[in-house]
Amino acid sequence: MAVPPPTPVEKDQPLIQVQQLKKHFPIRQGLIFEKEVGSVKAVDGITFDIRKGETLGLVGESGCGKTTAGRTILGLYPITSGSVMIAGISLEHADNEHIKRLRRKAQMIFQDPYASLNPRWTVSAIIGEPLRVHKLLPDVKARDERVHELMLKVGLSPRLINRFPHEFSGGQRQRIGVARALAVNPEFIVCDEPISALDVSIQAQVVNLLEDLQDEFTLTYLFIAHDLSMVRHICDRVAVMYLGVIVELTDRNELYENPLHPYSQALLSAVPVPDPKLSRQRQRTILPGDVPSPINVPSGCRFHPRCPIAQEICSQQEPEWRELNPGHWVACHLV
Amino acid sequence: MDPDPILEVKDLRTRFHIAEGTVYAVNGVSFHLNHGETIALVGESGCGKSVTMLSIMGLIPIPPGEIASGQAFYNEQDLFKLTEQEMEQLRGKDIAMVFQDPMTALNPVLTVGRQLGETQRVHLGLSKDEIQKRSIEMLEKVGIPDPARRLTEYPHQFSGGMRQRAMIAMALSCMPSILIADEPTTALDVTIQAQIVELVQAIREQFNMAVIWITHDLGVVAEIAERVLVMYAGFIVEEAVVDDLYEDPRHPYTLALLDALPRVDRRRDRRLRSIPGAPPNLLVAPKGCPFAARCELVFDHCREEMPPLIQVAGNHHQAACWIDVTTGKPR
Repeated sequence: MAVPPPTPVEKDQPLIQVQQLKKHFPIRQGLIFEKEVGSVKAVDGITFDIRKGETLGLVGESGCGKTTAGRTILGLYPITSGSVMIAGISLEHADNEHIKRLRRKAQMIFQDPYASLNPRWTVSAIIGEPLRVHKLLPDVKARDERVHELMLKVGLSPRLINRFPHEFSGGQRQRIGVARALAVNPEFIVCDEPISALDVSIQAQVVNLLEDLQDEFTLTYLFIAHDLSMVRHICDRVAVMYLGVIVELTDRNELYENPLHPYSQALLSAVPVPDPKLSRQRQRTILPGDVPSPINVPSGCRFHPRCPIAQEICSQQEPEWRELNPGHWVACHLV
Repeated sequence: MDPDPILEVKDLRTRFHIAEGTVYAVNGVSFHLNHGETIALVGESGCGKSVTMLSIMGLIPIPPGEIASGQAFYNEQDLFKLTEQEMEQLRGKDIAMVFQDPMTALNPVLTVGRQLGETQRVHLGLSKDEIQKRSIEMLEKVGIPDPARRLTEYPHQFSGGMRQRAMIAMALSCMPSILIADEPTTALDVTIQAQIVELVQAIREQFNMAVIWITHDLGVVAEIAERVLVMYAGFIVEEAVVDDLYEDPRHPYTLALLDALPRVDRRRDRRLRSIPGAPPNLLVAPKGCPFAARCELVFDHCREEMPPLIQVAGNHHQAACWIDVTTGKPR
């Protein structure tokens, strides 16, 4: 099938469009006659746009599907249903060749800088790999020059080009991961918990680097994180996920100052504030229990078994995803 | 200072002799803990906060470890002078510990009930029935529903938050007078973290226990601690009552750390202040102030001599810095 080449997207226009995206992982049983006995509904119908040059935060507790969402958007998992458009190209219809072309537009930075770099490769090989895969700079010398340039960009000394990952600290390794993502001049980067494995004093370095690179190259970020303080700092808009669905999506200050969904409210009130006087005064909503299993999703609103204000309708009907105030989307019967 | 602290540590130095050389993990740490008090030991990975506690508990493998100096007085006995047998009597009974990762700290092939009963059998010499009864009580106290059935289950059948609750139940089962919590909420989500913090606070009041909470999270510290010790590269660099530490930090490292934190309750007003560089290599014997290489206020003397931890303000507010951060000039 013919797929149009990526169209250039102006700043503030939607670069990524996600519509009713679902990703289910089947659970199979039986040795020879395998049959599907259920599925893990990791992502169960999410819809949002990301504008060019913007940072969208995707937050939620572990197991809410935020990492799966990021990976599915990049085409790392096949889509179960729904659609993803990157710069006008639909992932669904793209064949391998087009997915490869898309990957030049869309890259990823991983959580664990210890696990995401091949320990037997030099920095030069790691950062140069995307260039080699995409046959961008076949000449070894030109490639090394580009790696040099990228290392300078992310604040690593090019003298270290032939070192191995174990010779670097966690923060420096994450810089290598950032340089690798930048190698093919992408427009869009999925940052999957890029700082949660780092110490506080190093986190700020990496966050500031990501911001500088965004300004310089008009990068668009999907910033997946569970650190809600950092998300408020770095993101323009924030989507709150719970058990495979987005329950609220709005501008950062609107979300943090006027959260509408009871889950967002509870999540925000659970974040500790580094101010002892304030934390003694704060009213906290402590949610009972754990996140239910994404295999047996609760009926109606998925949050209703833990919701402090749930009513009868919540267990019967799935709430509608609606725009309550301009730009403020929420899925709850009771707001 | 309380005339009668329950635990007093003096000049603790712990080192590890490994193939690459000597790791200077803890370099002369002194502090005290009062009856019923909660203190927090804060610092980044590798600053020596866990090693400090493991040293006190006698859980450092020797070799490669070495307690090069120090005393740790608990009820007037020096823990470092006890035999392994005496220490075993004390561990779990008087001083109990909760670890960061409940999955690796629990034995996967024994039921939770068996593990919960073990400390009670060893330390209290209770019968089977008594243990069963007390175990159910303990699980109820830490908020685990359906405790009788839960006792027969294995750790993998528990969620992360429930495992941490079970760990806390184990630590509390012999009513220790000191609970050492080593990053007990780091592996958990914020909503579960809030549950555990609340649980420990409730239990501490109920049992009048003293708590040492080890963490890197300055948000959790603000919530739980009465007094805070800030560690960097094996040294305590600042000690203060919790309010003073956040309102009036006196060590450049504490200042920088608080500035590097984004706030969930405030609008963004600037870029984050990052601390340049990385913590020092602990394989090199410390000389001068360990923070000197990253410090904005550094001057020559800082690289020569480690400043002593001295009182810098009221309320026993102490800092180890040659500079008075309120003026930016040497003291």
